[in-house]
Amino acid sequence: MEQVIANGLYLGAQYALIALGLTLIFALMNVLNFAHGQMYVLGGFVTYEVYGLLHWPFVVALVASALTLAVLGALIERFLFRTVIKRSEREESTMLLAAGVAYFLDAAILLLFGEKQRGVHKILNGVFIWDNLILPWDRILVAGLAILFIVAFILMMQFTKPGRAMRALAQDRVAAQLMGVPVAFYGLIGFALGAMLAGLVGGLLVTITGVNSGIGGPISIKAFMMVMIGGAGVVGGAIAGGFILGMLESVGLTVLHAYGDITYLAIFVALMIFLAIRPNGLMGKPWG
Amino acid sequence: MTPMQRGTRIAGIGAFLVVVFIAVPMAIAAAHRTDLYYTLSSVALLSIASGGVWLTFYIGRINIGQGAFALVGGYVSAILVTAYGLSFWLSLPLAGLFCAAASVLVGLPILRLRGVYFAMVTLVLTEVARLSALALSVTNGAKGITSIPAPGPIGLFGLTIVPAFDTFAERNVAFYFLSVTVMALCFAGLWRLVNSRVGRLFAALRQNEDLASSMGLNVPALRVLAYAISSFLGGVGGAIFVAIAQSIYPSSFTVNDSVNFMLNCFLGGLGYVFGPMLGTLVLYFGWDLLFQTGQYQLLIYSGVMILLILLLPNGLFSLRLPSRRSS
Repeated sequence: MEQVIANGLYLGAQYALIALGLTLIFALMNVLNFAHGQMYVLGGFVTYEVYGLLHWPFVVALVASALTLAVLGALIERFLFRTVIKRSEREESTMLLAAGVAYFLDAAILLLFGEKQRGVHKILNGVFIWDNLILPWDRILVAGLAILFIVAFILMMQFTKPGRAMRALAQDRVAAQLMGVPVAFYGLIGFALGAMLAGLVGGLLVTITGVNSGIGGPISIKAFMMVMIGGAGVVGGAIAGGFILGMLESVGLTVLHAYGDITYLAIFVALMIFLAIRPNGLMGKPWG
Repeated sequence: MTPMQRGTRIAGIGAFLVVVFIAVPMAIAAAHRTDLYYTLSSVALLSIASGGVWLTFYIGRINIGQGAFALVGGYVSAILVTAYGLSFWLSLPLAGLFCAAASVLVGLPILRLRGVYFAMVTLVLTEVARLSALALSVTNGAKGITSIPAPGPIGLFGLTIVPAFDTFAERNVAFYFLSVTVMALCFAGLWRLVNSRVGRLFAALRQNEDLASSMGLNVPALRVLAYAISSFLGGVGGAIFVAIAQSIYPSSFTVNDSVNFMLNCFLGGLGYVFGPMLGTLVLYFGWDLLFQTGQYQLLIYSGVMILLILLLPNGLFSLRLPSRRSS
């Protein structure tokens, strides 16, 4: 049982970081970023290239992943989403754009990196054993780094000027603009930050599970689920959703193992029942 | 409506029917491209399902779950035909009705969700349908249901109205006429619905549900009605699709299909009833035409899609018909 909980926590830390990026973009831009999973994959491949092939230090690879995705996110916001939001009559059009971007990144990743499953050499060797709990050290390191990033993100949102500006933007775009917040600029920063978080997790997880070009879509669906559990556009909700999904997955795989491959079916059905009772998730605010 | 507008409309509908039922088969015969029958049947069926998605857009909900109902409709028809020996023609409306009933059950709780929540939960619904098909025994798991017999004859008072599909030299010709007939019927119904009193109520829901409710509309019932019609269309489209393919697997309709149904509506334009038809045609043929570009197919396709949404964010129909906006 300890093993199951430890696995759940490890998964949850990664998931929470993915969900944070998605929920940030949603809160600031009201855009559901379909391409989030693809951004994660891209981050994974950048780390694979820098750390796995060039044998540069892992930290450099992580920074490279984060920077690549931040620049990409900023470009996508500046040249695609901003234009469409300005021209479109219905705000749903951004979903079409997001889906298009997802397909485009899928295709680009496939062309650049091929369809093979890629892994890198371990960042840390050895296994941590305590009682009947067995955890490889690299998993502990990755989970620790993920939690560190989450804490850093929360601190930034709470105590720095850009963080305050972004929170104001999420609460009320017009009011923030009237108070002199450069809305367009912080929209750009927020999108870049959200994409960067996706890239960071990709870079972290490539050291453990590896990466292949086909997992973007499934990762996006998982991220959507976490955001739904916690409530869209709420930082705390995304973190809670990530840990809850990680725990459900870990427990489900153990408990439901005897009944075949139905863990995800059970989680989906539970999610729909949960949303029927609590339509805005755990912490979400109702909106129309 | 002025007599002139009416005249234009009748001429438009007539031209559409002539093109679909006479000109296209003649052109195909002249060009010896019988493979196009299959392609065009697919377009017709996918546009039926997309039409359903369009209706949920019309009440202001983003529906990415049509793949689920297409899959369920396909399975219902396939199971009724193979396991119970029912005629395909009977299984077709039953598949639609089953989907409509299922959508009422699912819709009552989830239609309370709005905006992105509804979109995400319907996306999850597609995965639920696929995983259920994998896990259940009646759907035969990952092996799916194969060698489904072709539709038999329809007779009325001893008179054969529609001969058995196996008697056609080219089965796909029969499926083409079936698909486009059903498509024409569905879109005629959809058009009539949108321009009826109920259609106005649906439009009211899109603009403001709270306001509509305060005017005395039974908002939950109307929402479920629209969703049930939408799922009915999805089920019918899926059922015919399965009959053409003669097989169905859990992966026959996936999240990608659900997203594509939504994209078809967007591309055609959300303000136009016939938008999904145009959107499906353009997307499907665009994809097919790019086949020669090999590994760059998806890259070019999605690049063009991004360009289209940048230049025409309100759909293809917004190009030529600015005066016919129905919203």
